[in-house]
Amino acid sequence: MSLGIIIVSHVDKIAAGVQTLISQVAADVSVTIAGGTDDGGVGTSVEKIQQAISDNKADEILAFYDLGSAKMNLELAQDFSDKPVHLYDVALVEGAYTAAALLQAGVDRTAVEAQLADLKIK
Amino acid sequence: MTLTLEDTLKWLHGFDATVTAQKAYLSELDTPIGDGDHGNNLARGAAAIEDALGKQEPADLTAALKTIAMALVSKVGGASGALYGTAFLEMAKASRETQEVADLLAAGLAGLQKRGGATTGEKTMIDVWAPVVAAAKAGNLTTQVIDDAVQATKPMKATKGRASYVGDNSIGHLDPGSVSSGYLFSEMLKAGVTA
Repeated sequence: MSLGIIIVSHVDKIAAGVQTLISQVAADVSVTIAGGTDDGGVGTSVEKIQQAISDNKADEILAFYDLGSAKMNLELAQDFSDKPVHLYDVALVEGAYTAAALLQAGVDRTAVEAQLADLKIK
Repeated sequence: MTLTLEDTLKWLHGFDATVTAQKAYLSELDTPIGDGDHGNNLARGAAAIEDALGKQEPADLTAALKTIAMALVSKVGGASGALYGTAFLEMAKASRETQEVADLLAAGLAGLQKRGGATTGEKTMIDVWAPVVAAAKAGNLTTQVIDDAVQATKPMKATKGRASYVGDNSIGHLDPGSVSSGYLFSEMLKAGVTA
């Protein structure tokens, strides 16, 4: 089963920025993003998150987010999704970067999660 | 009493009108302890509910609650959309088994707790939903119960939600989500739904 990453942020540029950063170490990992609301404002959108999940080339998703309401909308999208989506309560940048680097190195989800455990912040 | 489709539509039209009228006040409450967008977000949700209900008259209570939930989930774009949306989604699910007002509100509360992970005393909308559900179950829900619950959030220190980032500074402010939840239940009573 292939693993991909989605980034969910309240701000489109944060999501895009994290994607730029982690893609440097993970050229072969599918990274899709959902930043801001449908009308480009600050917030998160269930629809955009669903789109990021379905656009992701992987069939199993590791999801990283910035603040609490992004998590709630992620969980809603998770409820509606056919793909398995795993959420991590870790520092967004460090967590996504760690996961990206490890996925590029070909490690499995259990090993990624072991590394992420140290970055848990919430 | 049982919740009917007709009462639900009347209830939500009332809520949408109130939230829209109080948009500036709700955002003002959210400014010192949050991100200042609660009123704008909910007003967008209210417009989306009106739009969705206007496009297609729901066939039954379950359909109406689900339509309301999806409008909130897809258009609000903040914690309040996910939370109110989940509450209505859980009420929609429960309405297949029961139409008792107290049971439906209890299902909504359970959804909120699951989605937000909050419990009472953390200065969140749970601090209004929990006493309202308790009163509804006992058959004595009044505007007084609702208002008291809303006012009780003022001295609380926020330990969940965006207001928790300001810690002690959240003390002395009404919780915006509790105020809007107060509107929701007051409008339910105004629509003639008793519990």
